Amino acid sequence: MFKVTINGLDIEVEKGTTVFEAAEKAGIYIPTLCHHPDLPTFGGCRVCMVDADGKIVTACRAPVTDGMVVKTDTEEVSKVRLSNVELLLASHNKDCQSCTRNNSCRLQEVSAFVGINQERMRQIRRSVEPVKPDDSNPFFHRDFTRCILCGICIRTCQEINGVAAIDFAFRGFHTKVSVLGDKPIKDSHCESCGECLVRCPTGALYLSRPETPEREVESVCTYCGVGCGIKLGVRGDRVVHVEGNRDNEVNRGDLCVKGRFGFDFINHPERLKTPLIKKDGIFVEASWDEALDFVADKMSDIKSKHGADALGGISSARCSSEETYLFQKIFRALGTNNVDHCARL
Amino acid sequence: MTNSIDDIADEARVFFITGSNTTETHPVIGYRIRRAIKNGARLIVADPRRIKIAEHADVFLQLKPGTNAALLQGMAKVILDEKLYDEDFIKNRTEGFEEYAEKISSIDLNEMAEITGVPAELIAEAARLYAGSNPAAILYTMGITQHTSGTDNVLALAGLATLTGNLGKRGGGVNPLRGQNNVQGACDTGALPNVFPGYQPVSSPEANKKFSEAYGAEIPDKPGMPMTRMFKAALEGQIKGVYIMGETPVVSEPDICKITEALGELELVIVQDLFFTETADYADVVLPAASFAEKDGTFVNTERRVQRIRKAVSAPGVAKSDLDIFCELGQKLGLKGFDYSGAAGVMKEIGEMNPKWKGITYERLEAGGLSWPCPDENHPGTPILYGEKFLTASGKAQFKAVDYKPPAEAPDDEYPFILTTGRSLYHYHTGTMTRRSEGLSDLYDVEKALISLEDAERLGLSENDRVRLSSRRGEVEAEVKPVSELKEGTVFMTFHFAETCANQLTNSELDPVASIPELKVCTVNMEKV
Repeated sequence: MFKVTINGLDIEVEKGTTVFEAAEKAGIYIPTLCHHPDLPTFGGCRVCMVDADGKIVTACRAPVTDGMVVKTDTEEVSKVRLSNVELLLASHNKDCQSCTRNNSCRLQEVSAFVGINQERMRQIRRSVEPVKPDDSNPFFHRDFTRCILCGICIRTCQEINGVAAIDFAFRGFHTKVSVLGDKPIKDSHCESCGECLVRCPTGALYLSRPETPEREVESVCTYCGVGCGIKLGVRGDRVVHVEGNRDNEVNRGDLCVKGRFGFDFINHPERLKTPLIKKDGIFVEASWDEALDFVADKMSDIKSKHGADALGGISSARCSSEETYLFQKIFRALGTNNVDHCARL
Repeated sequence: MTNSIDDIADEARVFFITGSNTTETHPVIGYRIRRAIKNGARLIVADPRRIKIAEHADVFLQLKPGTNAALLQGMAKVILDEKLYDEDFIKNRTEGFEEYAEKISSIDLNEMAEITGVPAELIAEAARLYAGSNPAAILYTMGITQHTSGTDNVLALAGLATLTGNLGKRGGGVNPLRGQNNVQGACDTGALPNVFPGYQPVSSPEANKKFSEAYGAEIPDKPGMPMTRMFKAALEGQIKGVYIMGETPVVSEPDICKITEALGELELVIVQDLFFTETADYADVVLPAASFAEKDGTFVNTERRVQRIRKAVSAPGVAKSDLDIFCELGQKLGLKGFDYSGAAGVMKEIGEMNPKWKGITYERLEAGGLSWPCPDENHPGTPILYGEKFLTASGKAQFKAVDYKPPAEAPDDEYPFILTTGRSLYHYHTGTMTRRSEGLSDLYDVEKALISLEDAERLGLSENDRVRLSSRRGEVEAEVKPVSELKEGTVFMTFHFAETCANQLTNSELDPVASIPELKVCTVNMEKV
């Protein structure tokens, strides 16, 4: 174990720990824009600068040494951090009110922490050319005027899902996150999983139809057999949002395009709302009593005329275990084993 | 799966993925595998298509559709010939090795190469890689099972895992990635014609007595009819009424013409679903069901983990959960014991009837999922099967060599192409849910039958050209997309799109043991229109 002193606090950490991690352990906030706990360290934003044994270093990249003395609040540290944030803000879209990440934006948080001088910002701010967002993807759009080039989306696409659809392109002021050939993202091999969107620290990547839920309900995705844990975001009596449940051991928050975005069917206007019985070739609305009496009578009728084995029950791999249990129970209680489901399809 | 997602993703040194388009059909497992490969795991992929995960493969075997058993037993031969097997494991935990070894050793690897279209040296390389880095995990899906030889293919895979001692340990196993959210749970709870909940055979006198008494009925001790035979039985007049919930057979079953014909013959068709599906047209009564977000219950994932779903919103109109519908219907039918106190009450009964689930309760599930077998309330669940013994009389794994049997149809002058089917990342099965998502439809809304570049050139076809595909059973028109991922003579279609329904063409021939249809191989003709 190494002994480290951060702002006068003595802590012990394992060899190989970074200064950033050591500070986190000591409960000391170090501002950062490009660091993400799921991803390998990048060290690109230069906002986590600290004084380590008299040298100014990036806390996320610098490993601690035994006996290291770290200061996070010296005049020099503050100055370096501030000028790095100022440079980012100088070319950043300043219309925070219309941004979907207003009040949950990491750049806002970091700006507030380093303390921005409005007068000075007015002097150094470049005029930001309006750039049309990339709205080619139906689920999320990309606003380049809000991108801080932290590379979190790029690392996510490489490390989390292994698709690697995006990377930095061009140089200097023209640097941007782009796909092969600088095309709209829809024309790339992006798989629309939205993992980048979830980790974007600003409003550069944003939902095309954002709705903030009032409450969350833990559940499991209804598509494939992986069984990813999800949180259904509910507003009123509608599901308006789905996110991966990081506490679920199966997926630890990861989701695919269907799991994250494919929930329109729940609120879809074409949902069946009432039982229907076909009369003279036309479906007419019926009450539950009518419909279930019809079903029970017809099933009983077939059983008495042809035997229970003239009935076939086709259960579903899409329903709950309790429901498939009851379905087989009905058929077996009627006296037939003709019950199956879509496992073979 | 014999194993859990975590242990194979974290500890397998080799993945052998066959008949599984993992990154599209099980995307989140696909992420884990791509991460494992980045961290140094090796990968073997065997598939008729050069699917995305094959880009990461150390060895890629592009076999002819339906030749899996030949490929797998060819690999077994190399493992035997080169003595790459796990002697200790074979000695202590298996039986029937000699007979198996004798039969497999007599295989001619060059003949297997001829059958599969994969060079013998590549088969050998795959075998060496699989056997040479323990633990090695096998992952497969319907590309292995949806064949008339599906059971044999699985036995051949099990043979490889048994030979190399890759069973009952972290990072190994034979792992079918289950396709549907609760296909595992539907099997576990007895929605199968031959077994009661917990895989207790209907023919077992004790099990039959237990269930007959509990359900207040005389349950036959002969297995019932699998779904894939019910529609044929309807045409023959044996089945008069079907109750179909949560699925769309007129899109998902093979040989659709026969299905629609059968539905027309039936006296009673009940459809219970979220939407008015293509199958609902044939119904006498349609019952509106609640979606997963509108009810409490459990889903069991591919690793046998039972997890809670919870009611988040109300169902539309007067739609009800399947559970509520069955409770009312059970009572109307005069059946015993359909008065439950919600889903937790049903789970309690399942635990009483299925010893493997006895320890699973809603109280425990609040803390997270549990993998069965979970025989009592203090049992932590069983993420990895067969750690100590196998479910055979002797407790030992049994080797079984199989004979390669070609698919039911072989290309000929009339139907020179092989059609194989699968799913895309953007849609799910018959599209009842996903095709109602504007965004998913924006990303993929028109079937593109994938064809090889060679066939495209020969037939003068370019992207978006329309073709008529025909088989002995039906025909369908669709747009094509020439791709380099397919070998000459192979066509790939999804089964998401009712308007270009690939299952008009597919073959309903069944595996004799599992009654699974040969959806992965049928022969077709293709003409430009």
